[in-house]
Amino acid sequence: MKTIQFLNPQNFMSNLNLKQLPMKTMKTFQLLAILTVFAFAFTSCSDDDAPQVINEEEVITTMTVTLVDNNGTVKTMSKVDADGDGPLDPIISADDLDANTTYTGSVEFLNQLEDPAEDITAEVAEEDEEHQVFYVPSSNFNVSVQYNDQDANGNPLGLDFTLTTGDASSGTLTVILRHEPIKDAAGVSEGDPTNAGGETDVEAAFEVDIL
Amino acid sequence: MIKIFILPTFLFFSLVTHAQNCNLSLKGYVIDLHDNSVLENASVKLENTSLYAISNNKGFFIIEGICPGEYEVTISHINCKSLTKQINIETNTEKNFSLEHHLQSLNEVLIKGELYNIEDKSTISAQISHETIDQFSNATLGDALSTLPGVSSLNTGNTIVKPVIQGLHSSRVLIINNNVRMEDQQWGVDHAPNIDINSAANITVIKGSSALEYGGDAIGGVIIAEPQKAPVKDTLMGKTILTGASNGRGGNLSTNLIKAYESGLYFKAQGSIKRLGDLEAPDYILSNTGVEEQNMAIGLGLNKIKYGFDVFYSRFDTEIGILRASHIGNVSDLVRAINSQEPSFINDFTYDINSPKQDVVHQLLKVNTFKKFSNFGQLDVQYAYQNNRRKEFDIRRGDRSGIPALDLELQTHNLITKLKYDKFENFSTKVGIELTYQDNFANPDTGVRRLIPDYEMYKVAGFWTANYDHSDNLFFNAGIRYDFTHIDAQKFYFQSRWDERNYQDDFADIIVEDFGTQLLTNPVFDYHNFSANLGVQYNFKAWEWNTNIGTASRAPNPSELFSDGLHHSIANIEIGDLRIDSEQSYKVSTQVKRQFNRWQFDISAYYNFIDDYILLEPGGIEQTIRGAFPVFEYRQTNARLFGVDVNVGYQFSDEASFNSTFAYINGEDTSRNRPLISMPPVNWQNSLNYKIQQWHNLSLLLSSQMVFEQMRFPDDNFTTPILNPDTGDFEETLVDISQPPEAYHLMNFRAEMPFELSFTELQVALSVNNIFDTSYRSYLNRQRFYADEIGRNFVLQLKLNY
Repeated sequence: MKTIQFLNPQNFMSNLNLKQLPMKTMKTFQLLAILTVFAFAFTSCSDDDAPQVINEEEVITTMTVTLVDNNGTVKTMSKVDADGDGPLDPIISADDLDANTTYTGSVEFLNQLEDPAEDITAEVAEEDEEHQVFYVPSSNFNVSVQYNDQDANGNPLGLDFTLTTGDASSGTLTVILRHEPIKDAAGVSEGDPTNAGGETDVEAAFEVDIL
Repeated sequence: MIKIFILPTFLFFSLVTHAQNCNLSLKGYVIDLHDNSVLENASVKLENTSLYAISNNKGFFIIEGICPGEYEVTISHINCKSLTKQINIETNTEKNFSLEHHLQSLNEVLIKGELYNIEDKSTISAQISHETIDQFSNATLGDALSTLPGVSSLNTGNTIVKPVIQGLHSSRVLIINNNVRMEDQQWGVDHAPNIDINSAANITVIKGSSALEYGGDAIGGVIIAEPQKAPVKDTLMGKTILTGASNGRGGNLSTNLIKAYESGLYFKAQGSIKRLGDLEAPDYILSNTGVEEQNMAIGLGLNKIKYGFDVFYSRFDTEIGILRASHIGNVSDLVRAINSQEPSFINDFTYDINSPKQDVVHQLLKVNTFKKFSNFGQLDVQYAYQNNRRKEFDIRRGDRSGIPALDLELQTHNLITKLKYDKFENFSTKVGIELTYQDNFANPDTGVRRLIPDYEMYKVAGFWTANYDHSDNLFFNAGIRYDFTHIDAQKFYFQSRWDERNYQDDFADIIVEDFGTQLLTNPVFDYHNFSANLGVQYNFKAWEWNTNIGTASRAPNPSELFSDGLHHSIANIEIGDLRIDSEQSYKVSTQVKRQFNRWQFDISAYYNFIDDYILLEPGGIEQTIRGAFPVFEYRQTNARLFGVDVNVGYQFSDEASFNSTFAYINGEDTSRNRPLISMPPVNWQNSLNYKIQQWHNLSLLLSSQMVFEQMRFPDDNFTTPILNPDTGDFEETLVDISQPPEAYHLMNFRAEMPFELSFTELQVALSVNNIFDTSYRSYLNRQRFYADEIGRNFVLQLKLNY
């Protein structure tokens, strides 16, 4: 409870110097002043406690794309933003890929602001109709991606996919998680985000060399 | 600008002509001093002549065949004190006379403490009548106010409308509703005033900070909404308005009731409900723009001549859908929206309101009492409690869309005491003390980091104002005010944000606890703000000249200090700064009014210089896991605004009249030599009114609104690599967030007809807004990147007075 000195009704009254006023008005006035002080005091007591820290549950801090070839060799690409929407730049890393190889791919989204880290992938899978992951290779990059999963309506989701590399080249693979895309818009089910709309929850551009 | 207006004023002073024939006329209106209503059957007599006139039912009188010369005019009315005025008639003269009621009938018009009456004659202000308010029964306060020259609106879609006075808004515009300064989180540009327009009987806009008893921080101006006053007689009176609109396929029902007694006791009740579905632009449906509103107010009071009280409670409850397409994820999404010219979500019409949406409840409880002292003046005491609960719902993952992403409860206690001394007829003075305690609580159950932290704020203010009537045509007013603000917040910072802001150097001592990635801090700040004002009014024949010089000071608001986060609606990151200090404005305004025979005009010009003006400016780009975002930081700079507001009217005949308003404003950031953002473009409105008496008093109004393109705007554009999904390559792309939309022109029509029923008066009005279904976008709409404004709208209104 804080003391509020300037609201002391005695000081307050003498400052105002209203002594020439009739007693009845004085009383009403004094009563109002006192009531207000109580009201102030009451509310200032109510939440003096330290506010509770909020660790956002929905934030995605980490995206990891895992690619496994037929021999069981694992390649990963990841984007990590330790402070969510905060000022820290995200850290992006990507392994080189082998030429003319077929990879079984999967993607994982985590919230590492929580301890232990929360797996957002499960939420995306649960709301499969409202999500889609897009994999967009740059023009000079010999890579093609095929969806391996579907949502309840038979439209692609993109948590599981197949990535096939061609001859040696280097370029960018952009991975986008869209929330509430328009899945029946032209090209969307083929993995083209042009007409998908919705809002972007994750966007990562991985610079990759195919060796 | 001042020069321009002083010059014609002097010219007219010297152009007094001397006609010598006895064919001059004196005309005007006799007006009730207390509520500006007109007085019928008042006699206006030129003493020592046989010339006189009786005012008609519109309060109008005309005396003809007057010889030039000096006259004594006596105006009398059965209920009023007679008034005698010296008047020099050299040309056809138009003059209005205001009469004061006799004491025994005074109680019929005097109803409450004059806590917020406008007595400063030199105040540069404009009023909207209750007819205009009724017309906007299904719209918002901001919409109704934009009909005034110099007042525009800052919109988020079409249902969140904030008034802008001479280029300034939000925390720079005070809203006084029912004698109480509204505390409804007005700092937010997408927070509309929580006022039911149907609860007001009269709304006044004071341009500038001259009205110091309302607050010292009104750098833009003050909006005063006053409820219907209760008469002191045995009566039951009321009004019901039913409005239906084609656009949004809904409407509004509003009712107002007052029960009053001879003893001075009265009871009031007011309520309104509003329901609109998705609004429609000419080419598409604006999905998720419905609105739902339920408002109620009850009050009771006692009015005696010597004392009285008033107890009042109101509840405003609104749910507003935010255009679905305006909720986006990153800059690529924004570029896509800007380029596509069409919203990305267009669904079928629905009344449903989904996320994103706002849900706000504003409650007010007020107790007010006054006491008059013979030969001294009056004492007013008012206590008010306001509770503002704002919930904002976002599109969220994992069934969280039902949980608000922002949930703030702002409670404000306010005690005002004012003592007025008006023993002398030509001099009055007022002193007052205002105490405020405010508590903001940000509910942690949102699961989203707080946009505005928990804080407590104490304010102590004292003011002195005085009015001096030097003569019948020269008036002075002056005032000073001091505000002390103490703010005590509890704010969490990401360690990374704390470092990025370099707070460690200046604010290391405010850290309370370290939670690893986040720091809990306790910023405590004091602000001292001084404001002062001096005004003068000079009347010369039919001319009226007002001039005001004032300084106003505003402490930073919580958003300017503490903002820290992502705005989904414009894809930017907004960051406040703990180092921000008060801003101080210096404003000069002058206004010239004149009534000719058929002409009347009113021109006001102003120059406003603001030291340490707080504004939001782009400050680089931050990368996040969602992609790139432009960062907007609150900073302080020096600014100046000048402009001119014009209103011209011409009466062709008893039936036909023409009215034109024009407003121009020019805002500049003088530290950086670039225009200020979001300045209203040139606005020119014309209307033609035609009344056909023999057709049941049918009144027709055709109006046109021309809004020019804003050519002065800061270039906040930036380039960033954006994925071209066709090639898969990232291309450096210009993100054009600065370019204002093109000029547009709208036409509106309204027809109105009153019917006398046996028990009541019924008024039927049909209007068509945006007659030609013009597609346009407005610079002052934050959703201009996503969608057009609404198209044609037919509105049918039934109004019952009983």
